[in-house]
Amino acid sequence: MRRQLKILEHALTSLLRRKAKNLSLLMVYSFTIATLGSVLFLTHALKSEASDSLAAAPELVVQRLAAGRHELIPVAYAERIRTLPGVEKVTPRVWGYYYDALVKANFTLMGTAGEPGELELLAGRLPGAPDECAVGSGVAALFGAEIGDRLVLIDSHEQNRLYEITGLFTTASSLLTNDLILMPETTLREFFAMDADRATDLAVEIYNQREVNTLAKKIRFHLPDTRPITRSEILHTYTTIFNWRSGMMLAVTLAALIAFCILAWDKATGISSEEKREIGILKALGWETADVLAIKFWEGLAISLTAFLCGIVAAWLHVFVLGAPALVPILKGWSVIFPDFPLTGRVDLLQLLTLAFLTIVPYLACTLIPAWKTAVTDPEQVMRN
Amino acid sequence: MFRSRLFLGLTGCGFLLCVALLTYGQLRDGNLNGKRQLVKGLGLTDLALFSEARYTRHPSQADLFSAFQDYPAALEHFPSGSLIAPAPVGLNRWISIHDPNERRP
Repeated sequence: MRRQLKILEHALTSLLRRKAKNLSLLMVYSFTIATLGSVLFLTHALKSEASDSLAAAPELVVQRLAAGRHELIPVAYAERIRTLPGVEKVTPRVWGYYYDALVKANFTLMGTAGEPGELELLAGRLPGAPDECAVGSGVAALFGAEIGDRLVLIDSHEQNRLYEITGLFTTASSLLTNDLILMPETTLREFFAMDADRATDLAVEIYNQREVNTLAKKIRFHLPDTRPITRSEILHTYTTIFNWRSGMMLAVTLAALIAFCILAWDKATGISSEEKREIGILKALGWETADVLAIKFWEGLAISLTAFLCGIVAAWLHVFVLGAPALVPILKGWSVIFPDFPLTGRVDLLQLLTLAFLTIVPYLACTLIPAWKTAVTDPEQVMRN
Repeated sequence: MFRSRLFLGLTGCGFLLCVALLTYGQLRDGNLNGKRQLVKGLGLTDLALFSEARYTRHPSQADLFSAFQDYPAALEHFPSGSLIAPAPVGLNRWISIHDPNERRP
């Protein structure tokens, strides 16, 4: 133990002798790990948010397809599905999109039929009267609206409609409700000029979770123009999307990664004449090859471990404290309103260990192999060269 | 052996800081109950992350193959969306509106 401490002391002294070079390498190394870590942290946090929140999504959503596209579904289909054994409840959902030409943003309008009860993340109350609505924080921020203000929307007959804002969804829920405008179902039907016997889709609740796929098949059999979407398919969609987005972001940072690899390879394999002379002198003084390798191992570990720890802490702060300002523009795409969401700092330990393995081990190998080559050469020859 | 002890101490602190940050994140529930209540009560199916098009706002509810249906150059979640350029705007694509009383040269 004491011997290893002394070798470490020697390795650190050796690193400090080439301060500027090693410091610049440490900074580039930390930056690369912080970039990769940020991408992994952000996408994993979004995946976790999606899977945790949407675990309460309807077990089955039934859409109607016409000419290969989503079409309004007859409410009578709800009665047909309700008769299937195992179905607990079928709720027709009325929702749609609204493009506001003034602010050039898309909103999601949703109707509330029954009383969903008290909502923890809603300040104020849910709309009850026909001229009331509740809005998400993104909508409120865009119009500068507060509870009690009036929202002007243009309906499908090109008529201005005024709705009083009775509730505001808090920022904590903005990942789910940012662009949402909630109003009573009858009001929304009037707004969209939607017939009372039609709905956007049907939300189906099922008694036994293990029967979801069987019931989806039965619905397809009895109502062939429908498309049932199960909750597991919803969750799977989000996993796929974030894997793709994460892949895209990693591709963007690939250039920086390659540049770092070239730098690390050049630094580690191209052992300088000064370092070669140092190894030669140590060998001439009676040091074993194993001791020389131990020094190089500690040198490599000191740089790579410090860079890894600095990079991971920087990535965590960047994503979960600052809100990933460097990555959000890539995620944002063309959205006019993008949620200002606080992410829960969930990290996949396996991903972190993989990142550690893929960054620390190759660097150590790059440092040890040329040092070993030099250490096994005759000291006199090394010093002469 | 001042340097080696200092290095080990700092590395240990860094390691503990990493563990603390990661554990803190795992322990915070981030209003999970409130979010689930919202999803359950309102029957939500998607995250309000990308509101630029129907199939990005509700990817799980979108048509099965919905690329390019809103705007040809919109950022897609399909790889092809980033490869195929929008159709060029030629003269035959311009719409010019003239006043019926205006005399054309």
